[in-house]
Formats: sequence, C-alpha cells, structure tokens
Amino acid sequence: MSNTSITEIVNKNLQTRYKKEARFRRYGQLSIFIAVTFLFIFFTSIISKGYSAFYQAEIFLKIELQQEFIDPDNTNDLEEIRYGDFDGIINESLYSLFPEITKRSDKRELRDLMSSGASIKIQQLVLEDLSLIGKTINIWLPLDDEVDMLIKGNIDVNLPEQSRRISDLQISSIETLQTQGLIKNKFNKTLFVSGDSRESEQAGILGALVGSALMLTITFLIAFPLGVSAAIYLEEFAPKNRFIDFIEVNINNLAAVPSIIYGLLGLAVFINYAGMPRSAPLVGGLVLALMTFPVIIIAARASLQSVPPSIRDAALGVGASKMQSIFDHILPLALPGILTGSIIGMARALGESAPLIMIGMVAFVVDIPTSPLDSSAALPVQVYLWADSPERGFAEKTSAAIMVLLMFLLLMNSLAIWLRNKYEIKW
Amino acid sequence: MNKLFKIAFSTSIFFFSLTIDAASRDTIKIVGSSTVYPFATVVAERFGKKTIYNTPVIESTGSGGGLKLFCKGIGIEHPDITNASRRIKQSEIDSCAAAGITEITEIKIGYDGIVIANSRQGQKLSLTKRQIFLALTPMVPNPNGEEVLVKNPYKTWKDVDPTLPNIDIEVLGPPPSSGTRDAFAELAMEGGCKTFKWLADIKKQDENKYKSICRSVREDGPYIEVGENDNLIVSKLNANPNSLGVFGYSFLDQNSDTIQGSMVDGAYPTFENIADGSYKVSRPLYFYIKNAHAASIPGIKEYVREFTSRGAIGQTGYLTDKGLIPMPNNEYKEFSAAGKKLIPLKTL
Repeated sequence: MSNTSITEIVNKNLQTRYKKEARFRRYGQLSIFIAVTFLFIFFTSIISKGYSAFYQAEIFLKIELQQEFIDPDNTNDLEEIRYGDFDGIINESLYSLFPEITKRSDKRELRDLMSSGASIKIQQLVLEDLSLIGKTINIWLPLDDEVDMLIKGNIDVNLPEQSRRISDLQISSIETLQTQGLIKNKFNKTLFVSGDSRESEQAGILGALVGSALMLTITFLIAFPLGVSAAIYLEEFAPKNRFIDFIEVNINNLAAVPSIIYGLLGLAVFINYAGMPRSAPLVGGLVLALMTFPVIIIAARASLQSVPPSIRDAALGVGASKMQSIFDHILPLALPGILTGSIIGMARALGESAPLIMIGMVAFVVDIPTSPLDSSAALPVQVYLWADSPERGFAEKTSAAIMVLLMFLLLMNSLAIWLRNKYEIKW
Repeated sequence: MNKLFKIAFSTSIFFFSLTIDAASRDTIKIVGSSTVYPFATVVAERFGKKTIYNTPVIESTGSGGGLKLFCKGIGIEHPDITNASRRIKQSEIDSCAAAGITEITEIKIGYDGIVIANSRQGQKLSLTKRQIFLALTPMVPNPNGEEVLVKNPYKTWKDVDPTLPNIDIEVLGPPPSSGTRDAFAELAMEGGCKTFKWLADIKKQDENKYKSICRSVREDGPYIEVGENDNLIVSKLNANPNSLGVFGYSFLDQNSDTIQGSMVDGAYPTFENIADGSYKVSRPLYFYIKNAHAASIPGIKEYVREFTSRGAIGQTGYLTDKGLIPMPNNEYKEFSAAGKKLIPLKTL
C-alpha cells in the first residue's frame, strides 16, 4: 500500500525533477556563454584598436650629411656635433623631393611631416660614426604621428581643411610619396626599445617594462621568503592558542584589503617617514610586497597542509629532527604549490596600478631606469598615462600597452599552470 | 630545493646592498597640474634630448596637490618645480615660508581656454555665460522674474532660452577635484551668475554665500562627472551628438575633426580668439621654481630657460602646436626675464 504510493509520488515528481536539472544545466551554459562573449568583446576591441600600433609609417630619404650643417668649424668635437643642425639636413633632403614647393609656409608644412625623432636618429648615427660626415646615406626615418594617423585611416580627409590637423598640401605630398614607394609601413621597433615620449610616434614601453620588472623582483625577494617562513611557522611550529588564531584571521583579512590602502601606507611609511624617493621602483616593490605577502602565506599554508602526515611521521620516525623533516621532506613536496600561488599573487601585483598612483609612479619618465632608486613608470600606469593623452596616436598605443601587459599576465599564469601540472603529486 | 633558497637569500642581500644612499639627485623632479602636464612633458623631453642633463621626471598631481608637495621643504626628497593651472594662493606662500622656502620664482607660460564642445554631427551652438549658468546651476532665479532662487526646473536647452534647440541638457565635465572644473565654475558659471544684478549684489554682503550660489553645479542629472580623463569625454561626445562636454582647449585642438567648440558670448574657442581675449573662458597657466634648489640640482636653470624660450612658448613656439595659447609679447618678455634670473615672487 505504502509502496505503491511512494512510486506514484516519485513518478509524479520525476518530470519536474528532470526539468529542473535541464534548466540548471542551461543556466550554467548560459553563464559560461555570457562570460566568453564578454571576454571575446574585450579582446576584439583591444586587439582591433591596438594592432595598428605595431607598425608605423616611415619615409625613405637620401640624406647628405653635409659638413656645413653638422660641424661647420670642422672641430670633430662630439659636443659641437651634438648641437649640429640635423633638422636642416633632413629638411634639405625632403625639399629636394618637391622642387615645385618654394613658398616658405608650404615648406613649413612639408617639414611638419617629419617626426622630431628623425633628427635624433641621424644625430645618433653620426655621433657613433664620425666618418659618416660628408657622405650620403639612404635611410628609413619616422614620420609625424599625424601622418601615421592619416595613413592608418584615422583622419577624415573629406572634412574642410581648417578642421583637420593635416593640410591639403600635406595630404597630396604624402600621396605622391606613397605612389613613389617612399612611404611605407614598417614594424614599430620604437615601441619596444624606448621610454615614454609625448610624441606618440616616439613613445615606447621599455621604461615601463623595466620599471615593472624591477618592482616585481623586489616584491618577490621580499614577499616570497617572508611569506614562506611565516607559513611554515604557522603551520608547523606555532602553538594552537587564541593569539595565533587571531593572527591567522588577520592574515586572511589582509589579503582582502583594497590595494589603494597599501599605497597610502607606502606613502606614509616609506616616503614620508623613511624618506625614500617618490616614483622609485624600490618603494613600488615594497608596497606590492606588502600586498602580495598575505596571498603567499595563504597559498603556502594550503600547500603545506596538503602534504600527507605520513611523510612527516616517516621522517620523524627514522630520526629526523623537526627542522630536517620540514626542509628536507615537506617543503620540497609543497614547493610547486607554493610557487604556483606566489606566481598568481605576483601576476596580480603586476597588473596593479592603484597603490602606485599614491607613491608617485604616475609620472612622465623618459629615461630607462637602471636601478630601483631611479624614477620609473610601470606597465599599468603607462596604460593610464597614455589613455589620458590628447594626441590621437596614443589611443592605439594604449591598446598596444594593454596587449603587452596581458601577454605578461598570460605568461605568468601559464607558468603557474605548467609548474602545477609538472610537479604536482597526487596522493 | 635548498639551493634555490640559498640563491634567493643571497640575491636579496645583494639587492639591499645596492640600496646606496640617495644623498644627491641629478634629475629634476616636477609635480603639479594635469592641465600643464601635457606641455611640461613636451618641454622636458626636448630638454632631455637636447642637453647633457637627464630628462626631468614629471608627476601629475593636480595644482593643489603639487603645491602641497612643493611647499613641504627644501632638500632632494622634495620636488624642485610645481606646475599650476591657477595662481599660487597667499596661504600656500605662507606654508612654503613656514617650511623655509622663501624664494619662489613664478613663471606664467600662457593661457588655456576652457571649451564647451559637442560632436560635429550635432548642431553648432551659440551660448552665453548666462545660459550656461541657468542650465547648470542647482538653484536658478525664479523664471517669473521674482528675485528668489528656486530649484532648477530646466530640462532642455529650449527651456533655458527659446532661441536654443530643443535638446536635453546633458553636459559631460570634470569632477570638483579638477582645476578645469574650478576654472569653469569661476569663469563661465560665475560669469553668467553676475549678469543677474541682485545676485551680483550678494557678493558685497556675503562672499561665501555668493560663491556657493554662483559656482555650484547641479547634481540632479544634466551635469555628468566623467572623471579627469578628457579623452573619455571626447569619445562620449561622439557617441551622443546631443551632449556637450567641458574640457581644455588642447583636446578640442587635437580632435577638431570630430568635435566642434560652441560659441560663448559671441566668440568661438579658436586659437586667435583665446589669444586676443575675445573668448572669455580662459585661464593662465604657471609653474613655480624653488630657487634654493637651482644651485644644487643640475639643469634647473637650463630647463627654465628652455621652457621660457621663444621656441617653446613664443607666438609660434612648439607648445602652441600642443594647444597652448601664447601670452602677449610684453607679458612674455617679463616672464622670460624672470626665468633667466630666477627673480623671486614678492607678493601676490
């Protein structure tokens, strides 16, 4: 009697239960679909905006390195040559391509096609090799960012002349040069080998990359040993009492503190109190170390816990001291997990910009930093600075910098995954 | 794995020994206004490439924040120069003096116009300061002519003035922390406010009350704060042709193919109009030098020389390509002389 009724009840509900499950699956698929769509939109927008930053319009010029422009008094003195009129040399070469342009104002417009980086390139060539003076060289030189934007199709040529930043004469001369094959898109090496610049065609991310690398080195050197030692102590040696519980709760809280707070702390302690320089990777590294340190403790404790107690007991059983059992047996087994956690923590530190704003890293730094005490920018901050620049050319540079940042984050995360897969031991 | 620890340990020791004392500095440190930042960075970069000195490091902290850092004291840990999109205040001179900084050189570099612009797809507008004030203030004089303030009822530009188009008031602008916002409130909003005689009269009785009436911006929707990023405002204008944006002239100059400036009090925000003063919503830009540092930090005098050179801020200087409005010639002469000799500021 009761049996039949249960079967009835089950049969009655079966359809609804199946439906519930099917619905839940669909919700799950939908959430994943939405997440993937957003990721896809994000990547397409960044890549479609940024890919053009990896090439840049250059012009092929025949340059006569005339003595009278570079070193009129024939001093052969490097300091004199540094102040030589390299712009003049380039202009002469450019004018010779357009003999029909004679008016002063028209010549000025022609001159504006060149990037101010062009004369610096020639200057460096000459300073490296003085025997070039008096010779003629053929060389690809960078063009102004406006020209680059025009060639990339970011300027509407149908507008009236006064409402665009490039004149009719300039457009027609660019077209002539293009048909002659003298203007071409070249790989933008500058982006990877130079520091920041206010001319978008000369701006590069090397300074920010070096700054980020210096910072992460300091972060790792401080946060990793401290974090691992703290984790070992808490896991293996610490007595179980209220005070240690209190510390544990606070470490977990620290990991959740918003990063800007660490920036304020760094400003107060390292800069105002300890008198360290502003904008220095040293301070940035210290602040990021404070931020990463609790994350490493948590990761290290989790992986120490996952080492089975049998290993510990066996080591102690054959007469190892507690110290020996930890450093010779437990830590090596836990290390892949600790490293994975630390790398993920470091990746988070790499993408962090908020605390760096507080300690003065939002700065215009042209020179590539050579020590952790030099002023420097960092990758995420460089993105922020470029996004805020009025010149049109910086829009694509911003996306390009984001791509480089994402690439490094991906690299670090895949390194973490690789380490985990390679060294993880299943018990 | 023990080896790995040894390596990590010894490298960290090595790194700390690298931390040599920073008792001298050979790079100029500059802080201050985000409006002057695009100009100062251009000068710094040229200076770095042209001379034997390092390229100065410039941090964008805002005018107020920059002066605060600047006035903290003398010594290599403090900045040498601060940029400002407004003049230094007496209170700031006092706090500088309290920290031992008595000699400050003031250099005006030129002017910056504040423009009210919209997308080229939208209608070109001709506004007056009075209309701007009425459209954006939280409390307006009663539309029926009574001399009392009522909550701002205007929803569209046509409500403000029948000659204006029938589009919703939507103005994207900077937040209160920005110098551009201060200048906009002072020049455009207060300028419009003053045209009501009874409001202008309040100034004599209660200056604070006057300021709070004339310089406030409404918070019920039509004015949208878009952060300090002017590029964001420009791209939002292109997305919605009916909205207006408030930002510095250099952003209009760089984006003149997609956005257009509105006429204010009969003048368009063009280079010429701002320079000759017929476009009224413009403000001077400055930088301040700590004279005590000029002797100890190499390159300060030369940097000031470069910044005040005719090639940089003269009538056709390279900063004019970046949207800086140059000073008239007599003013230029005064400040370039001050820059050469570092003549300290006496009083305001």
